This record gives sequence, structure tokens and C-alpha cells, in this order.
Amino acid sequence: MADYSSLDIRQRSASTDQPPAIRSHMEVAKLIDVSKCIGCKACQSACEEWNDLRDDIGVNTGVYDNPHDLTPKTWTLMRFTEYENPETQNLEWLIRKDGCMHCTEPGCLKACPSPGAIVQYSNGIVDFIEENCIGCGYCVKGCPFNIPRLSEKDHKAYKCTLCSDRVAVGQAPACAKACPTGSIMFGTKQAMIEQAHDRVEDLQSRGFKNAGLYDPAGVSGTHVMYVLHHNDKPSLYAGLPNDPKISPLVAFWKGGAKVFGLAAMGFAAVAGFFHYVTAGPNEVAPEEEEEAVELDHEKRRNGGSEARPH
Amino acid sequence: MTIQTDIRDGESRPLREVRTEAPEVLYVPRYTGLQRVNHWITAILFTLLTLSGLAMFTPFLNFLTGLFGGGQATRAVHPWLGVALVVSFTLLFVRFWKLNIPNRDDVEWSKRIGDVVTNREDRLPELGKYNAGQKAVFWGQTFLILVMFVTGLAIWHQYFAGWTSIETQRWALLAHSLAAVIAIAIIVVHIYAGIWVRGTGRAMVRGTVTGGWAYRHHRKWFRQLAGGKIARGPADKRGS
Repeated sequence: MADYSSLDIRQRSASTDQPPAIRSHMEVAKLIDVSKCIGCKACQSACEEWNDLRDDIGVNTGVYDNPHDLTPKTWTLMRFTEYENPETQNLEWLIRKDGCMHCTEPGCLKACPSPGAIVQYSNGIVDFIEENCIGCGYCVKGCPFNIPRLSEKDHKAYKCTLCSDRVAVGQAPACAKACPTGSIMFGTKQAMIEQAHDRVEDLQSRGFKNAGLYDPAGVSGTHVMYVLHHNDKPSLYAGLPNDPKISPLVAFWKGGAKVFGLAAMGFAAVAGFFHYVTAGPNEVAPEEEEEAVELDHEKRRNGGSEARPH
Repeated sequence: MTIQTDIRDGESRPLREVRTEAPEVLYVPRYTGLQRVNHWITAILFTLLTLSGLAMFTPFLNFLTGLFGGGQATRAVHPWLGVALVVSFTLLFVRFWKLNIPNRDDVEWSKRIGDVVTNREDRLPELGKYNAGQKAVFWGQTFLILVMFVTGLAIWHQYFAGWTSIETQRWALLAHSLAAVIAIAIIVVHIYAGIWVRGTGRAMVRGTVTGGWAYRHHRKWFRQLAGGKIARGPADKRGS
């Protein structure tokens, strides 16, 4: 998929070469209006259908989430939260479609050690190119949203592609196509932001004073955005991170630690070389061999002790 | 007879006399065959771990995955090599830890590190089997291998993915790579010391050092062994 000309690559994992950059592309985005979602799971079915995935039959954990977590074969999932609003005393059923957020600064891509296993297209979609994946699981540690899943069958990581194959030919993602309430919308990022603002205004006028657009700045925005009725508390929605960003541990590991590491190893080698050319080798003098022989003789005359290496 | 002179320190002393007759030289046993095999298995594993680990550490060294049959194979084999190294190093540790306990001579030696690096062995205290530098390598590797083993298990996704939280695994990844680069730097110094201090390689290749080497670098240890089972031979068999 990586060579669709309509999907020029902006970033490529573990690569030092500059990707093509002369064309400018319109950024796309999926907007998920949580306030319109009825939890029908049509998006889950459409995702399985289009991507030709059939997940194994799982277990029921006592809640509506089914399956109960993302898997290598389940790339999107409705997460249900029952929330008793302390202000209104209302029971609110918060349903969030979970899946890859397609960050502008993807933690998975930053962490990935395999060249070209994770790419970000010019339109903003972050895609796993499984043929280059080595199965290390670094993307799992890099992701601020806990999205990638490794398959035990082929040791490769999988996640939502934002239907990059459909988008490349001008189609909307399968989930957006299937949504019966128009809760999932797809278009240019600009259009989706405008759409969201209209909707947020509407929600605020109807009592949801904290309604807002979830397009987190910590990862420089995402290409999957939510309209939330409680945008002041995103974590209400099945643990959606309040302020997602690439973990400083991952950032340091991929930044400072790499520089420090290469410098430390290089310094040790270079220091050794220059020590040798200045101080020179430490050699045993012939007199020392003689003194050793003499000392040994002396000990022998005085009745030496048993010697063995230890 | 030719006499080459060393004029460092402003005084002239004979550097090496070329003699016609081969003088007698002692061969002091330093490592048994098993100890050498144990050391070299550890060394080979460390080298393979360095190559496969660095391949996953920075894209500049990603080409090293080719040595192991590609990225997937490198990812799969690296942790198993690590387990093997832990076993091999544990045997070394059990054998040598007592000899690496620091003592007063190590303090004195460390204070005179300037003389150590300028080859002024005559100004250093008499030492047992190991000097403070060798002991530092021993304890440094012990600690770092332990860190890499524990953190390595946490990030061994294939078998231990669900055992720790993702946040713990992030710490483990960082600690694993920092421990690794420090361990590699220590090994670079360790290898260099073997090149710099002439006659050292012989201990790990043939198991013996010459009497002069033992007398110069580890005189206390040599005094314990002198008068015992020390082989004698002509000097031209000195080897490395």
C-alpha cells in the first residue's frame, strides 16, 4: 500500500532518508460524534467486512463491550461506560468507538525500530506495513492510546488503517459508510473541525456546557477526532487519555539515550586508540621475567607451596 | 649486542637487550580450560547480543539484522541469546566473585590511576589476581547483565507481554538500552586493556601468563604461586 501515488509518505519509521515532499496533500480526518452514537456496532461489522477479518469467538465479561478489547483482528470497538452525572442525577450511557487515532505525531512510529514498518501518509493516515514488521512490540509501548495489537500467529502488529486503501481511491472508511446515525463522519480535517464546531455549539445550547472537540494538542492533533459531551473529562469515556502525548520515557529512549549510547560506545573506542598512540603498550621488561624466575627459585629453595589457578 | 634505549623521563635505561641465547621463562597458570571455554562462550554471546541489539537500537545500524536473517529473526533470537548469556555469565560469576571483592590495594591503585594509564607499574602497589579496573569490569557487568535480564523479560513481548503494565515496559526499554550501551562501552575498554597490556591475551587463549607478566602486574598473586606448579620453557614460546 505504501506506493499509492495518492498516498505520498510523510514519515517512515526507522528511516534516515527524506521522504518525497514536493506535493502538498489535503489532510483527512474521521469525526466521531459520541453524542449521536447508539452503540449498534455497525462500524465494527463494517470494519471486519471490509478488512476481511473474523475474530475468534471471545468471552463475555459482563458488559456490552464485545469483544472486550482490541485484538489483531478487531481494529475498532465500541466501549460502553455507565456514568451517573452528579449534576443532573442522570444516568448517561457513554459509548465511544475506540481505535487508532492516527496522531500527527505518532508514538508508534517514533518507537518502531524497523524501517518502513510504520508510515504516515501525507493525508495524515498512520499505517502499519506488516511485511516490514518484526514483531518487537515497541509500537505498543510508543502508543499513548494503547491501540496496536500483536498477532500470536504471525508476530506482526495490527491496527485500524483508517481504510487507507479506500481513502486512496476517494472512498470514506467502511465504518463511516456503515454508521446509521451519521455519528461517524469523514472528510478533510478542516471540514471535520468546522462540522464539529457546529455540533459543539448545538450541544452547548442544549445544556452540555462542557461539550467540545477532542483533537489533543499533545500529539499535535489527531486524524480521528471525537465530539464529546464532557470534553472537560475525556477519561470518562472508557479511559480516553485526558492529555495524550508520547511518553517522555519513549521520547528520551529514542532521542537522548540514542545519542548518549552512540557517543559512549564511540568514545570508549576512540579513547582506547588515542591512549595506545600516546601511552603505548604496557610491556613486560626482560628483567621482570628474570626477577620472576629468581623469585620462583628462591621460593623453591625455601620449600614452596602448591600452586593452582583459582 | 644492540641496546635500544628508552629516554622517557629524561633518564636513559636499556629498553630491550637482544641476546643470542634464549633465556628461561616461567609460565604461570591463570585460567583452566573450562574457565577459558566459559569466558569465550560468554564473549561470543555478548558479541551476538551487541550486534542484534544495536540493530534494533538505531536505524543507522539496522543493516545488522542481515547478519541474523532479517528483522523478524533478529527480534526472535536476541532474547534467547540473552538467556544463554545469563546462564554462561552466572557460571563465571560463581567461579570468580570471591577474587573480585575489593580491598585496600584497590583504593591505592585507583588513587594512582594516572600511573596506571601511563604504564608506570613500578609506582603501583603489589596486587592479587585482579586489579581494581578488572574488578570494576566484573561488578559492572554483573550489575548491568542483571538489569538487562530483568528488563529484557519485561519487554519480551512474545512471552511476557501481559505480565507488566505498558508504563513499566517503557521504563524497562529505556533501562535496557542504557544498560546495554554502558555494558558495551565497558567491554570495549575490557578488550582494549587486553591489547594494551601485552601478554594478557595468552591467559585467555592458552591459560598461562609469563612469570614476568605475573611479577609486573599481579605480584602478590605471583608470590602465592611461586615455588609451585609453574612450568618453565624457552622464551621464544611466549606467544601473545
